[in-house]
Amino acid sequence: MVRHVIAPVDELPPGTRKFLVIDERPIAVFNIKGEFFGLLNRCPHQGAALCEGPLIGLATSSDPGEIEYTRLGEILRCPWHGWEFDIRTGQSYCDPKRFRARAYPVNVEPGSAVVKGPYVAETLAVSVESDYVVVDL
Amino acid sequence: MNIQFRDRPEQGPAASVKTAIADCDIHPARATPTELYPYLAKRWHEHLQTYGKHAYQGMMEGPPYPKAQPNASRRDAYPPEGGPQGSSLSFMQKQLLDPNNVALGVLNPLQTGQGLRNQDLAAALATAINDWQIEKWTARDSRLKGSVVVANEDGPAAAAEIRKRAGDRNFVQVLLLSRNVEPLGQRRYWPIYEAAQEVGLPVGVHAFGFGGNPITASGWPSYYIEEMVGHSQCQQTALASLVLEGVFERYPKLKMVMVEAGFGWAPSLAWRLDKNFERLHSEVPHLKRRPSEYIRDHIWWTTQPMEDPERRDHLFELIEWIGWDKLLFATDYPHWDYDEPSRVLPAGVSDANREAFYLGNAKKLYGIA
Repeated sequence: MVRHVIAPVDELPPGTRKFLVIDERPIAVFNIKGEFFGLLNRCPHQGAALCEGPLIGLATSSDPGEIEYTRLGEILRCPWHGWEFDIRTGQSYCDPKRFRARAYPVNVEPGSAVVKGPYVAETLAVSVESDYVVVDL
Repeated sequence: MNIQFRDRPEQGPAASVKTAIADCDIHPARATPTELYPYLAKRWHEHLQTYGKHAYQGMMEGPPYPKAQPNASRRDAYPPEGGPQGSSLSFMQKQLLDPNNVALGVLNPLQTGQGLRNQDLAAALATAINDWQIEKWTARDSRLKGSVVVANEDGPAAAAEIRKRAGDRNFVQVLLLSRNVEPLGQRRYWPIYEAAQEVGLPVGVHAFGFGGNPITASGWPSYYIEEMVGHSQCQQTALASLVLEGVFERYPKLKMVMVEAGFGWAPSLAWRLDKNFERLHSEVPHLKRRPSEYIRDHIWWTTQPMEDPERRDHLFELIEWIGWDKLLFATDYPHWDYDEPSRVLPAGVSDANREAFYLGNAKKLYGIA
């Protein structure tokens, strides 16, 4: 596993997402209310650019007539067929036994740590004073 | 180590199909609401601005059910220059035609003049959308072929539009929708079939429509998912009507394509028709053959949304009944229930059948060299 420094934390404010290609793999990194998440940008169902979909909540029903809407903004809905995935785990809510979106750990690290390595950050000039978004691949 | 940042994400799998394919259901859209105006007489500009389009269905405009994605289309299919999904030729080439190696793309424009109560407006819009297909699409990309849109509730006007396009190789079929004022086999629609047979064009029947009838035979359902499933049921009633009214007896060279309504139900419908035909033959003496024989000989089927049973041998049994020579691959681009070419056919299909499924059947039916 290689840790890639992808952006200063200021460039990815809450509510935004960033698309990138790392080692020919399409990745998207999301900032959701200050938490960072990384997913392979390819739907395991038919291969769509999954991460262009909207972030919605999870509608569940324990009994007929009882509907709960939770996890607001944590469910990624595919732009093609609407399959729903948990942004935290990549779990599919449509066919959890057969399909899972590939999730990658994303963290924020201080510039002082990033400078020391073993990070890979050729595309960024890292400053010790800032924090950086780091994805493990 | 290589990181690239992109303004837009990837467009899905690139060049996933190595061999050429036909896509028999592509939906071209207008970039602006007035894009058809150059093809319409001034009188209709004012009419549309003053009165709008009044369909047979209760709601004035728009689809009978809300859709699962904006414009019922893929969210990644908005052209970069603006406009709704499917409204840009250059982006369609980049996102669909080039990466998927599409050698033949059949255009099926929806929400045009079909199902309007004002028959003169319906006919004017049908002519306009056909001229627009040539100018915006087929004249600019020889892979694309149009469908002759007609004022479906006005048989003579529809037949005139079909004859007007006779011999024009910008068009490869006549387009009808499945939900009309009456079941499609009834006599008001016969001039359409007569003209289509005369000019040698197949008639495609695409799921959807504005006829004012509920999508189900038991009334208006609550959910969009019921409309999505209901397309198959609706198509069955249309096909039963075509067979039982004797359309294929009257027009023996007519070929029809069931578009976007599934095909898994075909054997079951045919068996039920045959069984009842044996018992009720005297009611429909104009039929000279068993209903299943008309279906096998006269009907082709587009594949999207592909039947997807848990076991692939069930799929193969269905196709064996229908015939590998009768299926036409389609994506439904840019609609949200798009089928990705590389993912629809399971392993275990012979090279010959695979080629027929993806390309050969379509080229033969539509007369493409």
